[in-house]
Amino acid sequence: MKPTPMQTIPLKQSRTLRIEILRHNPADPDSHPHLQVFEIEEAETMTLFIALTEIRQTQDASLQFDFVCRAGICGSCGMLINGRPGLACRTLTRELPDTIRLAPLPGFELIGDLSVNTGKWMRGMSERLETWVHRENIEAIDIDAVEQRMAPELAEQLYELERCIECGCCIAACGTAQMHEDFVGAAGLNQIARFRLDPRDTRSDADYYELVGDESGVFGCMTLLGCEDYCPKNLPLAVQLAFLRRKMARQGL
Amino acid sequence: MQGLSGLLLVLFVWAHMFFESSILLGKDAMLWVTHMFEGVHVFGEPYPQLVSAAALVVFLLLALHAGLALRRLPARAREYRAIHTHLRSIHHADTTVWYVQVVTGFALFFLASAHLIQVMLQPDAIGPYASSDRIWSGRFWILYALLLITVHVHAGAGFYRLVMKWGPLTAANAAALRRRTRTLAIFIVGFFLLLGGASLATYMKIGYEHRALVGERYVPGSHADLNGGE
Ligand code: HEM
Ligand code: FES
Repeated sequence: MKPTPMQTIPLKQSRTLRIEILRHNPADPDSHPHLQVFEIEEAETMTLFIALTEIRQTQDASLQFDFVCRAGICGSCGMLINGRPGLACRTLTRELPDTIRLAPLPGFELIGDLSVNTGKWMRGMSERLETWVHRENIEAIDIDAVEQRMAPELAEQLYELERCIECGCCIAACGTAQMHEDFVGAAGLNQIARFRLDPRDTRSDADYYELVGDESGVFGCMTLLGCEDYCPKNLPLAVQLAFLRRKMARQGL
Repeated sequence: MQGLSGLLLVLFVWAHMFFESSILLGKDAMLWVTHMFEGVHVFGEPYPQLVSAAALVVFLLLALHAGLALRRLPARAREYRAIHTHLRSIHHADTTVWYVQVVTGFALFFLASAHLIQVMLQPDAIGPYASSDRIWSGRFWILYALLLITVHVHAGAGFYRLVMKWGPLTAANAAALRRRTRTLAIFIVGFFLLLGGASLATYMKIGYEHRALVGERYVPGSHADLNGGE
């Protein structure tokens, strides 16, 4: 029996994706940055994580990129996707054009190809802004006693800001951070907003002002709003920055 | 400080537009406004020094604002490269608007200074004919056309940024406030460009018609023979 025309037409034409990857290995003195082009068949519900893994398994085992959770939780897979920062594991290829250009996040130390050392940057920021609970008289706390209760709304607010996965997209999306290396960015300022809310942290606005009341902190922000627009976790960064700016300006007066 | 100096300049420029466009209501209306700034309505006679003093204050404000802005700009080659690479890569609307603000700011440094210095040095040369003659016969319309566009684009972008920086943002309203402020800023810029464009065209027309009598001052009610020179 001859196949009917309907049977010969594939249900959905699958695309051949052209993936251009900016490659460079700073550890190799002979390496120089260049674009390498890979072609792969797009699969249904393919993410960039799946595409990159396929390239590494079938075409070039030396390709470097980072993934851990594959679910937008660990923050390892941030990269520039057609020039814009985003998480590769949360980006579906079907939302992208036939040609996809990938590059490492700018503003961080390059480990190799698409892999950057966001951890080093985040650690530096964290140490500088002291992003941990400061408590006076910590030795006097009775650790056997039941913890003090927190109002659910406050816990909710804290949790909202705690959702930052330190993927570095806000730093790569921020013109100010790209220009000024010592700017702590939305990732840093969000941390300050988070500990400021926390009743267990006994620091005052004067203490926070010491940390972020200058041009490398909240007053360096030029409100370009790249952080707000490219945060993969949709954190309310514009609001937090405006809030912190008001508090710090009042403190500075 | 950057924001405060910017805010004052924006308020000044927007108010200025209404005074300047009094010419649309006629020469007598503009003369009245001119007299107001020269203190005629208070002292009974003109004191053009008041105009010079006002221009000086605005000039100092402008210098302060420009000086503060300078610190924000890429100073080293690395920073300059970084911001340009970033702009080309991300194609992000608000970042691009900021860049437009930097470029117009740079142009304003020359255009606005030129205008203010002229007003400071010749405070008495303002009036329905004096201004029109300068604009047409003195070819100041070129300066004013460029100044009109750059200052309003710069001020509109600055207004949007100030609202996003210091405005009443809350988690619930941030997105809507941003959208509305952007629309409002575009509307305001469009409005002032139309108002300023119409005023400038009017000054040019008066200047053209008065080109043979350059130097003659407008006397209310006299209606000097406009076509006398032809
Ligand atoms: C000498 C001329 C000028 C220069 C060089 C200049 C430069 C700049 C630059 C580079 C910025 C961006 C800086 C930042 O975002 O932090 C800026 C912001 C701004 N400018 Fe100007 N400007 C000039 C004149 C004006 C004038 C005449 C106005 C008023 C119409 C104005 C109003 C503003 C406002 C409201 C902002 C936003 C302030 C903020 O973001 O906090 N500027 N200016
Ligand atoms: S792999 Fe963890 S966020 Fe993408």
